[in-house]
Amino acid sequence: MSARFLSLGLLIAALALTGCVMQKPCDYTNFLAHPPRSIVVLPPLNQSTDIKGTYGYLSTVTRPIAEMGFYVFPVAEVDQLMKENGLPTAGEMHAVSLGKIGEIIGADSVLYVTLRNYGSKYQVLSSVTTVTADAKLVDVKSGLTLWEGTATAQQSSGDSGGGVIGALVTAAVTQVVNSATDPAHDVSSLANFQLFTPKKYGLLHGCYFPKEKE
Amino acid sequence: MDAELMSPQKSILILAIALSALVTGCRSPDIYYWGHYENLVYITYAKPDKATPELQVRVMEEDMHKAISANKPLPPGFRAHLGNLYYQLGKADLALQEFQKEKAQFPESAVLMDRLAGNLTKK
Repeated sequence: MSARFLSLGLLIAALALTGCVMQKPCDYTNFLAHPPRSIVVLPPLNQSTDIKGTYGYLSTVTRPIAEMGFYVFPVAEVDQLMKENGLPTAGEMHAVSLGKIGEIIGADSVLYVTLRNYGSKYQVLSSVTTVTADAKLVDVKSGLTLWEGTATAQQSSGDSGGGVIGALVTAAVTQVVNSATDPAHDVSSLANFQLFTPKKYGLLHGCYFPKEKE
Repeated sequence: MDAELMSPQKSILILAIALSALVTGCRSPDIYYWGHYENLVYITYAKPDKATPELQVRVMEEDMHKAISANKPLPPGFRAHLGNLYYQLGKADLALQEFQKEKAQFPESAVLMDRLAGNLTKK
């Protein structure tokens, strides 16, 4: 029995470590020199084949960044404003100059995200849902890159209903949402949690992060 | 405890406790009361026919009450989104109030909130 517990412990440790390995710590020199208070997240460039990726991802990005202490501009309203100003696609939005973003939105920094994977691959007995996001935070005034990161989150159909991944996914299943059946949306939450929050790789804390939690 | 007496259920329970300790260890309590804000943004795009402004406003107004009960602030963007929904329902005065509250809570939003407020009278 003790051997079994040891193996359980090892399993837990292994689960905890995946997602943090194989990345070199981030260089925070620019971030510390130009600490942003606010971040505008543009709709991501979607390199996956799933057109739902853009908005499945965009609706899971605010929470982890805001909980790190930054003001995150309302993603849907920013998207709408851009569209009303003749920019219908994420590609066109990403091409807007920093000066223009500063003038129209008043953001300190812009987060540019590229979705490399978004969606499920179906195999014989199960499916694997993968979300991979590359993100770059750019200072509006100086144009310097403040931070860069990448994260992949995966969930196989066998994981549903619990486990570490199930517990980390924050999307609440509610009456309003349960008609939406895109598993990659939930996996996006996990990818974003892994992308922005780990020490040494994620964002530093912003001005709204409580001092007592530092 | 005699190892032979431990039932599979018990080991599963212990595993569950260990996992939850692990998960909570990684995540400190949230700063904000999130309610359904991000889920509403999601269904705005994924299920536009179901995510009517009426439904969204009802859910967000409930969330606001719950945030007060939970004694937690509303998150960035919440009031801006609610204001935009009021605007879509033709309630420009309520929309303006929400944009002003977003700006008061988060001064970083001033440029965008002034712009959204300005658009209320323009359209």
